[in-house]
Amino acid sequence: MYSEKFQKSLAAVEAAREANIALEPRRMTAQEKTDLLAAYHPDYKQDEFEVLQIGPNKGDKVPKELAKTLQAHSRITPESVDLNSPDYDVDVLVIGGGGAGASAAIEADEAGANVMIVTKLRIGDANTMMAEGGIQAADKPNDSPAIHFVDAFGGGHFAAKRELLQRLVCEAPEAIQWLSELGVEFDKTEDGTMVTTHGGGTSRKRMHAAKDYSGAEIMRTLRDEVLNRGIPVVDFTAAIELILDENGNAAGAVLMNMETKELLVARAKTVIIATGGAGRMHYQGFPTSNHYGATADGLVLGYRAGAKLLYAETLQYHPTGAAYPEQIFGALVTEKVRSLGAKLINVNGEAFMHPLETRDVSAASIIRECSTRGNGVETDNGTAVWLDTPMIEKIGGEGTIEKRIPAMMRMFGKYGIDIRKEPILVYPTLHYQNGGLDITRDGMTTNVKNLFVAGEAVGGIHGKNRLMGNSLLDIIVFGRIAGKSAGETCKNVTVGKLTLDHINAFEKEIVDAGIETDAVSPKLLPDYTRKVNA
Amino acid sequence: MENMVNIYLFGKKYSVPENLTIMCAMEYAGYQLVRGCGCRNGFCGACATIYRIKGETELKSCLACQTKVEEGMYIATLPFFPLVKQVYDLNKVTPSETIMMQLYPEIYACVGCNACTKSCTQDLNVMQYIAYAQRGDFEKCAEESFDCVMCGVCSSRCPAGISHPQVAMLARRINGKYLAPKCGHLEDRVQEINNGTFTELIEALMQKPIEEIKELYNNRDIEK
Repeated sequence: MYSEKFQKSLAAVEAAREANIALEPRRMTAQEKTDLLAAYHPDYKQDEFEVLQIGPNKGDKVPKELAKTLQAHSRITPESVDLNSPDYDVDVLVIGGGGAGASAAIEADEAGANVMIVTKLRIGDANTMMAEGGIQAADKPNDSPAIHFVDAFGGGHFAAKRELLQRLVCEAPEAIQWLSELGVEFDKTEDGTMVTTHGGGTSRKRMHAAKDYSGAEIMRTLRDEVLNRGIPVVDFTAAIELILDENGNAAGAVLMNMETKELLVARAKTVIIATGGAGRMHYQGFPTSNHYGATADGLVLGYRAGAKLLYAETLQYHPTGAAYPEQIFGALVTEKVRSLGAKLINVNGEAFMHPLETRDVSAASIIRECSTRGNGVETDNGTAVWLDTPMIEKIGGEGTIEKRIPAMMRMFGKYGIDIRKEPILVYPTLHYQNGGLDITRDGMTTNVKNLFVAGEAVGGIHGKNRLMGNSLLDIIVFGRIAGKSAGETCKNVTVGKLTLDHINAFEKEIVDAGIETDAVSPKLLPDYTRKVNA
Repeated sequence: MENMVNIYLFGKKYSVPENLTIMCAMEYAGYQLVRGCGCRNGFCGACATIYRIKGETELKSCLACQTKVEEGMYIATLPFFPLVKQVYDLNKVTPSETIMMQLYPEIYACVGCNACTKSCTQDLNVMQYIAYAQRGDFEKCAEESFDCVMCGVCSSRCPAGISHPQVAMLARRINGKYLAPKCGHLEDRVQEINNGTFTELIEALMQKPIEEIKELYNNRDIEK
């Protein structure tokens, strides 16, 4: 149900549909992509970045909003916390209850460690739950981990840490097998063959899915397994600082009850940061497809304790966020819509690009179409391009949308848009934190011992851009790695005297650098309340 | 000027723009949400909400992030509902209705009132998937319940005390692990990797100069 002002453009889209289905738009050359990104991708807008003045990455550029939160004050003073009688004492403390945290907890438990999860909302409240499109693994005969490696390495601008990417692609098939054994229902044909599709930038069809609830299906299964194993989950409790021991090793965290604000101390032999991404930081004012709690907490915790960041200046803007209606502005429209055949169409009905370029290239191309080229569709929230969903039914047959992307059909259906018959309007939305804490191939940070990281809080697995389906994969592969490593490491750890001295040291750095700020971090939740008295 | 509507949050009246979702209307009213807010996109089930329109008798349910406000809406959120989740070892489960009888016997007390289906925030046929679970048809139960976000509204309306989302969760896991066809090419590939079939190829890539990998990448053969 589009209002009058969209009708002219809609008619153009419909008139060109048959021809656009038949058209195979040319893929861009390497040079064209480089030029496009430099001119239009948000990561290249220099005035949106700021140089860090303190901490392990002093001198590096990061988004302004991230710089502010990394260089902010702690929520506590060390004196206000009694470290002598911890409320929890465990082998492995997992911070974060998403896919990476749950996978890590299951593997640490499997390794015989005493493991506990703390999460600021509920277990499963995470970007994992919202991942729609799928998970990559090179398990078909025409594919191999080496081909997967090249796809991901190139898609990430040849910047990935190869030893991490190696593990990602080589352990992918086993990750799918592990999930299947846990009861995750992947889309298969009757003989058990996985139904796989392309994602942007893949050279083989290796996207495994569970309809368009791929992440939800994985997350609810992992959650169920965590609960079956009796792993304690302390929910509505945020980690607000890491605790180190006198040797400078990670040794726990200060926790805060999100409702009562009570402070608690968890002592641990090893700590796993699995806190996810940062979409709710709304870098450059972008809307986001992310979970309510995606506020870069883990980066702050790690950074203040001395852990290094890698590629924190690179963010992923998903090319197709919902641009209309405004109630779902910024919500994810899964890439699978394009995998199934829908093309990106401008206001004049022209298929202006190949629909399966990598995400950064696709996003930049849409921004170009809507800005300098002036071929965007005007909406109440800006400009947008069409994603011609009815093509899917024409290509795959009637019923394809309901069977393969029911969540998308439901999301737009609630606002009177039948995506089987009408196209949808999309514009890039802040989707993924490519960078994060720097880790070794065993998942430990490169410079704080006994501190592990998994999932979106890690930097370097994908380089400077990530392919669709490699993050559901990364949370499983590196979640498991972190869980196994921490579960083994803890057996040889003797925790020394606990300390929060690093907080005072960081505070001193703030003062010495002359940074004047009233910000405190981690942010924990965005504030969307209307300010009546402000 | 935006068009405003009157809504009642936990009985208290607020005037909010008519184009907002219930969740955004609460934030507009000044609530800083901790409970009852998760993915904000209809996937996590955190924001189960019940409401009644002034003057009507029907009690409706929805996800607050997916539903627009209406004039005269009396709203109560249901950020937590005490579902019964039974603990089991999936590796020791036998895929027959016996497991349902053991873990969730209350499903056999279903009175067929269909309140679960009527209240489902995802418009699922909840009573039907419980019927499938009763007779041990896990495949059908899994398919029918697949879009469940486990918000718990169905259970809140059930006179038999059934925890429908947890019953469906069990059925899906049994289906995924035991009943869905095994994937031969996946097993083969894991075996190949363990046998070192690709080790040399990968090791070569680990050492290759960037320029050579760029060549490889830019000249990939892309499957149609």
